[in-house]
Amino acid sequence: MSPYARRRATNTVVLALSVAATAFGLIWLAFIFWTLLRNGIGAITLDLFVQTTPPPGSAGGLRNAIYGSVVMTLVATLVGSPIGILAGTFLAEYGRSNPIASAVRFINDILLSAPSIIIGMFVYQVMVARMGHFSAWAGAMALAMIVIPVVVRTTEDMLNLVPGSLREAAFALGTPKWKVIVMVTYRAALQGMLTGVLLAVARISGETAPLLFTALNNQFWSTNMNAPMANLPYVIYQFALSPYKDWQSLAWGGALLITVAILVLNITARLLANLKSFEK
Amino acid sequence: MSDLSLRPDEPNRPFRLGMPRPGNGGPAPTHAAVIAERARHSAEAKAPASPEKIVVRDLRFYYKQYEALKGINLGLRDKRVTAFIGPSGCGKSTLLRVLNRIYQLYPEQRATGEVLVDGRNILDPKVDLNLLRAKIGMVFQKPTPFPMSIHDNIAFGIRLYEKLPPAQLDERVESALRRAALWDEVKDKLKQSGLSLSGGQQQRLCIARAIAVEPEILLLDEPASALDPISTQRIEELINELKTDYCIAIVTHNMQQAARSSDYTAFMYLGELVEFDETEVIFTHPKNKRTEDYITGRFG
Repeated sequence: MSPYARRRATNTVVLALSVAATAFGLIWLAFIFWTLLRNGIGAITLDLFVQTTPPPGSAGGLRNAIYGSVVMTLVATLVGSPIGILAGTFLAEYGRSNPIASAVRFINDILLSAPSIIIGMFVYQVMVARMGHFSAWAGAMALAMIVIPVVVRTTEDMLNLVPGSLREAAFALGTPKWKVIVMVTYRAALQGMLTGVLLAVARISGETAPLLFTALNNQFWSTNMNAPMANLPYVIYQFALSPYKDWQSLAWGGALLITVAILVLNITARLLANLKSFEK
Repeated sequence: MSDLSLRPDEPNRPFRLGMPRPGNGGPAPTHAAVIAERARHSAEAKAPASPEKIVVRDLRFYYKQYEALKGINLGLRDKRVTAFIGPSGCGKSTLLRVLNRIYQLYPEQRATGEVLVDGRNILDPKVDLNLLRAKIGMVFQKPTPFPMSIHDNIAFGIRLYEKLPPAQLDERVESALRRAALWDEVKDKLKQSGLSLSGGQQQRLCIARAIAVEPEILLLDEPASALDPISTQRIEELINELKTDYCIAIVTHNMQQAARSSDYTAFMYLGELVEFDETEVIFTHPKNKRTEDYITGRFG
């Protein structure tokens, strides 16, 4: 076999393997989504959005859980994103060759891959145990701790993608450093940074483990951040494991809801990221 | 090193004319044609020597341990264009980047010696870098429009130093765009992103942005090397117009560009200033063999 023919044969084999691997992953994803749709679509009714979680055997919805998930995710994002963006800015703009920055970067990577249940237990120790009760605040803080490393990482990566020549051009006009970062670098990296925040939101909106130890659950309608609060992942977990048909059906509905919400978030994030290339 | 001294100190040196002008529609400009054009250009532009705006004394530059500039001495005259030519890596861009201290963004780079701008040594650590850079504008090889509207690209620099009412700001933006010969092309789309312009327009936008701040010195680092010939020509015309007001330093790889648009030319090689003289002298009677080899393309 000539070298060229061998190269072509290798190419064909590797291509086939890659396609097979991709298909293998996608098939299960499609399978999961299909099962969710089949079982969950029936539960998506108006009641799901306007009724609170019912006792077994009576009609109800997921209003309190949806509210809890949205509020805790929102608070976690509002707390975690600014911290993450500032830390990411420090790493990318001030800490390129700074030993502290290298340490922060390393620790952040560990935090990024830490099992979320450990974060739940940490917040349990720090907040729940001291306050003496579960609360939505604790839940939001646990989620915020998951947001931070994700946002730190994406912010740093996105800022690093901004060409040095752009910064130089801004500095060459006599722009002070903070203004270069805020007015030029952030603008150039804005879409990527937003994408990072959206990905973090998508990540935490499905987290169950950190909430198990912090926000716990609440079968009633409650907007008190200082008390336990219902949330979709926990309700899904509880209802899906129950022996009651109507609870199980609600769990399917909730699962479908979360999945679709994350899908929409991710697609939005992608679209935002792509807008950038349109501009150029 | 004595032959590197500042020739232009001698006022009204006789310059050489008498090269034939090329006929119209002839072949692509040859070396001789370029020189001829240069001579004509110089005959028109000749004026008594202007004072030195920038004086460089024994400038040495280091990237970590590597010495990239090995004791440079020269003077740049006000309201004149000085071109820096030489093979890649000879230090011409490095020299330019010392003049507004942009190199200081990178902690591993440092410079020693003196660079006097209006008599003041700008390498002095006490110099306010922002004010220095307001006085010394720079345009880079690759166009670098900021990710904002065309209007805001220009207004950005103005707003750094002056608080103007909107109408006055708009006037300043317009006049900067006019001077950069861009106004007619963008006046109807000032709100569009600066990134939506073509490469040549982007580069003129960057020049407009630099002159909007009203600097006294313009540093152009291969401003046309990424552009097509028509855009290049526009930039060169622009340089010609701007030099009535500014002290301009331009780095270029394009020999014809140096010959066409500069009054003085510095030839650099391996971190040293080999020869510095009036452009016409450099291109007609270079004193140094290496200069001659380089400008005639026999280098290497």
